[in-house]
Amino acid sequence: MNATLKHVKYVATENPVTLGAFILFSGFALLALIGPWIAPYDPLASDTLVALKPPTVAHWFGTDSLGRDILSRIIVAARLDFGIAVSAVAASFAVGSALGSLAGFFGGWADRIIGRVADTIMAFPLFVLAMGIVAALGNTVSNIVIATAIINLPFYIRVARAEVNVRRGAGYVEAARLAGNSDLRVLALHVFPNVLPPMMVQISLNMGWAILNAAGLSFIGLGVRAPQAEWGIMVAEGATYIISGEWWVALFPGAVLMLAVFTFNLLGDGLRDIMDPRMRT
Amino acid sequence: MNLLEVKDYSLEFRTRSGTVHALQNINLDIEKGETVGIVGESGSGKSVLSFGILRILDAAARVTSGSVTFAGLDLLGASEGSLQEVRGREIAMIFQNPRTALNPIRRIGRQIEDVLATHTTTLREDMRKKAVEALVRVRIPDPERRYHAYPFELSGGQCQRVMIALALACNPQLLIADEPTTGLDVTTQAAIMELVSGLARERKMATILITHDLALASEYCDRIVVMHAGHVVETAATGELFKAPRHPYTARLIASTPASGQSIATLASIPGNLPDLRRNDLPSCRFLERCERAQQDCASASLPLKEFPPAHSVRCFHPL
Repeated sequence: MNATLKHVKYVATENPVTLGAFILFSGFALLALIGPWIAPYDPLASDTLVALKPPTVAHWFGTDSLGRDILSRIIVAARLDFGIAVSAVAASFAVGSALGSLAGFFGGWADRIIGRVADTIMAFPLFVLAMGIVAALGNTVSNIVIATAIINLPFYIRVARAEVNVRRGAGYVEAARLAGNSDLRVLALHVFPNVLPPMMVQISLNMGWAILNAAGLSFIGLGVRAPQAEWGIMVAEGATYIISGEWWVALFPGAVLMLAVFTFNLLGDGLRDIMDPRMRT
Repeated sequence: MNLLEVKDYSLEFRTRSGTVHALQNINLDIEKGETVGIVGESGSGKSVLSFGILRILDAAARVTSGSVTFAGLDLLGASEGSLQEVRGREIAMIFQNPRTALNPIRRIGRQIEDVLATHTTTLREDMRKKAVEALVRVRIPDPERRYHAYPFELSGGQCQRVMIALALACNPQLLIADEPTTGLDVTTQAAIMELVSGLARERKMATILITHDLALASEYCDRIVVMHAGHVVETAATGELFKAPRHPYTARLIASTPASGQSIATLASIPGNLPDLRRNDLPSCRFLERCERAQQDCASASLPLKEFPPAHSVRCFHPL
């Protein structure tokens, strides 16, 4: 355990970009955890006296058309946006890596069927597919999670399949078989752990993409509904005021959304370095 | 009774470019505790035979005849489940490139414990003790610390020691060493071979040493089986084989083994290559086309194994 911590420290100090990504990520994670308690105002409380006020000392990020504090709404929304992204990515990672590993390890019919399913999903414009799924299943947060998970699935299937496939004939896989392990045991205990470092990059990139996707769905009015604080909705609400000069309503949630996606993209490399013991020297 | 009996074993691979007749009518007996060398050039079927014995074969492989019996158990007819019991527990294997044969992201101590956990149900603490003991047995320096090492942190020789520790963790009755010293430097080679043969003697464990290094085989083996192009061409006790080889291929192999003080210019070589095993018109003697002693009748249909008592057999029409 101690060695792991030391290693995390090593990776973080070796690469300042990784360190920055970890700090940003911890910041977002903290917001998601304790957001409701540190938000200066009630995110749903409207106050028409201060509607559409630019950033001031009292309201750092200004207020929206109903006089709600934008900073508070951004902070509180972190939990919802992260929740959607994490659960969607977790679901597609679990299902996608299992299917992809089976396809890559056993080949043959399993590979053909799973591969065609992934191709079929990929054949759709993914955002339109997500819209369709949410529209068909109903306008709820859990359906956003399902839709996001489904459109991410092919990426996990492909990465897992390719990574497992190149390792299927490796010496240690043969050795594990010769030591009396069953196929599934070989796959789960000896092949899959070796596939995790490259998958980690995929997870992290995907997380940013999933947040963007959830926000995008909310932006066009699917999924999360109006009074609820969510970055996509906030950008959508603010979009109408950009022309009239009230730029802060859309800018701040948009910037935070961008920062979140950026954080996840940077995080990938660092996570892989931590997962791979060969980076420990 | 023999520990391992391979009788009339034939194996082929059905590939897109034709059927590869990889092994034909192989006979091989291993007694308890003896060390048998399987020698032959690359592609003669040495490794395929050992994988075939453990039934770890590509989907394209078909066993077309013969039987494999290990300690009374029919390995060809056994269920996959009982085979998994045999692999690693009764028959263990070490191979060349020990570095790639170890899982790169798992600590070596854990890898030894994996094997123990597969075959013996023991407590966590117990396993750890046994894993360290296994490392001690193969003379890894500082085993308590090495227990936590990753394979990439060890040298090639140490990796092979770990492989041996892994293979012997469950006290197998038979160890198949498939070119265990290829890729190691000469002093490490000697150390590894001393270790393997010492441990085998200590535990009365039978060993199959697969190698293309005749000198190595002569030093450590009781008996030697010579393979060529998927045939066992000669089987004899080590001393006898070197003193009086009966098969022309064996004779050429021995002549082409370099000795110190011998000029490289006088080193013999074997003309030609292995025949294409996909051919359907393979002669019954697959050495025919490379043999300088070949005669008219060598091309005839069936080639019996000729026995020279007490225990010398040759697959040749006109043995030396």
